[in-house]
Amino acid sequence: MTSYNARKLKSQAAALLALGCVLVALIPLASILYEVVSRGLPAVDWAFLTERTKSSGQPGSGIGNAILGTVLLVGWGSLIGLPMGILTGIYISEYGNNWFGRTVRFFNDILGNFPSIVIGLLAYSLVVTVVGFSMISGAVALGIIMVPLVASTTEEALRMVPNSLREASLALGVPRWKTVLKIMLSNARSGLVTGALLAVARIAGETAPLILTAFGNSFWETGLFEPVSALPLVIFRNAMSPYADLQQQAWGAAFVLIMMVLALNIVVRLLTRLRFKSMSKKKVVSKIWLQRLRPST
Amino acid sequence: MAAEIETQHLNAYFGDVHAVKGVDLRISSNRITAIIGPSGCGKSTLIRCMNRMHEVVRGARVDGKVLVGGEDIYGPGTDPVTIRRKVGMVFQKPNPFPTMSIYDNVAAGLRLNGVRDWKRLDDTVERSLRLAALWDEVKENLAASGVSISGGQQQRLCIARALAVEPEILLLDEPCSALDPIATAKIEDLLFDLKSRYTIVIVTHNMQQAARIADNTAFMYMGKLIESGDTKTIFENPEKELTEKYITGRFG
Repeated sequence: MTSYNARKLKSQAAALLALGCVLVALIPLASILYEVVSRGLPAVDWAFLTERTKSSGQPGSGIGNAILGTVLLVGWGSLIGLPMGILTGIYISEYGNNWFGRTVRFFNDILGNFPSIVIGLLAYSLVVTVVGFSMISGAVALGIIMVPLVASTTEEALRMVPNSLREASLALGVPRWKTVLKIMLSNARSGLVTGALLAVARIAGETAPLILTAFGNSFWETGLFEPVSALPLVIFRNAMSPYADLQQQAWGAAFVLIMMVLALNIVVRLLTRLRFKSMSKKKVVSKIWLQRLRPST
Repeated sequence: MAAEIETQHLNAYFGDVHAVKGVDLRISSNRITAIIGPSGCGKSTLIRCMNRMHEVVRGARVDGKVLVGGEDIYGPGTDPVTIRRKVGMVFQKPNPFPTMSIYDNVAAGLRLNGVRDWKRLDDTVERSLRLAALWDEVKENLAASGVSISGGQQQRLCIARALAVEPEILLLDEPCSALDPIATAKIEDLLFDLKSRYTIVIVTHNMQQAARIADNTAFMYMGKLIESGDTKTIFENPEKELTEKYITGRFG
């Protein structure tokens, strides 16, 4: 039997150890943020954000085309990856209780752990060999990376919905597919949004697959079948270059990329909160409710 | 007249577990029938067979017949979705849809089946909430979340939700087990009022409850139907010794 004081001391020591580990883990995060902000922020001005990338020594070089490229690549990639990922997640969770579903889940997990460069190679052999380095090939690579991430977060979010709600809906004579669409998905929506957001943030920073697909471009290019610039590509190429001004631009681009991902997080969180609120109000605007709003005569 | 239910040699299984064993039971229309018995005796499974909710669980299967209004609901080509609209169900734990308002919860069954007509939805919501004796408590507050009200109100909301799709039969699976005595009394009064319109089957652990509200009572033990009949007879003069032992609390 240990005394109360000895136990208390042990407990405090354990708590202290945990706190210490947290602090150590925070060091890299804080130092990355510090470096990116202190080196990247000075590079950012209006021209930097709006001009296209130029070679070393040329005045007025910027990353405007890379920002546009990243936005477009992430947009097209999400257009491919989100529906496929969400539908896969729905299938695994709601209809996948059989050998096929288990197989899909297994390969989905494997795909999620694939190195992204391998997926870049896949997109290279599937798309680039046909249409050349292009936005569409980059979007395909990013979309494929999204699928397993979105599928597993969707599955997880659906699993968190209490079974009693599914039963309540089925017992009302609501068909299964409608139960999934209207009851299960609506109760899982915050998990779905978070999962989709994480996947978008993840692909926004992907570099390796883009080297093999989107390739990069110094000009304003928005065509689906043309090579396109992207922030990670600018960071990668400029950081490798021997010129100080290009390295400076790499830091600036890194800063912008981090801010974009952060802003995306905040905006989506705010939007979902607002939308849920207004939805719950709008839904009851029916006659009974209007009667309550109107003073009775 | 609401429909009556008859099970003919009904067996229900979960995988290898034989949960309901050869039950033959007649449930009269416009009556309250209580199904009593110890935990795990198969009474919940039995009523879940009556609206084809049993098969929702993985590995569950049924053989035998369940006739609802003379029609075998396990017959070939029968759609479980139409059966469930005819045979409503209320569960043990109140389970309103948390993302929906009170109004939307009651309207859910109609809306999800494609009804868009506001007038009809409004009428149905009001009528169902009145039937469930909840209207006066929530009428000023229909936009509030379905889970913002008390447990007893939530359970009446679930009853209103089930009634909104205009079933003929109402199955209740221990509807009061999570409620306090006052909320329980309200639900019992409500069931008493509802039996003129519906056939009601209630599973309960609470024998006083069965004695208070049920016209007929069925006693189950280890998956078998031991005895069924008039509540008064079952409680005062049971045929089987097992029934008497259970009712008097001398068990095991």
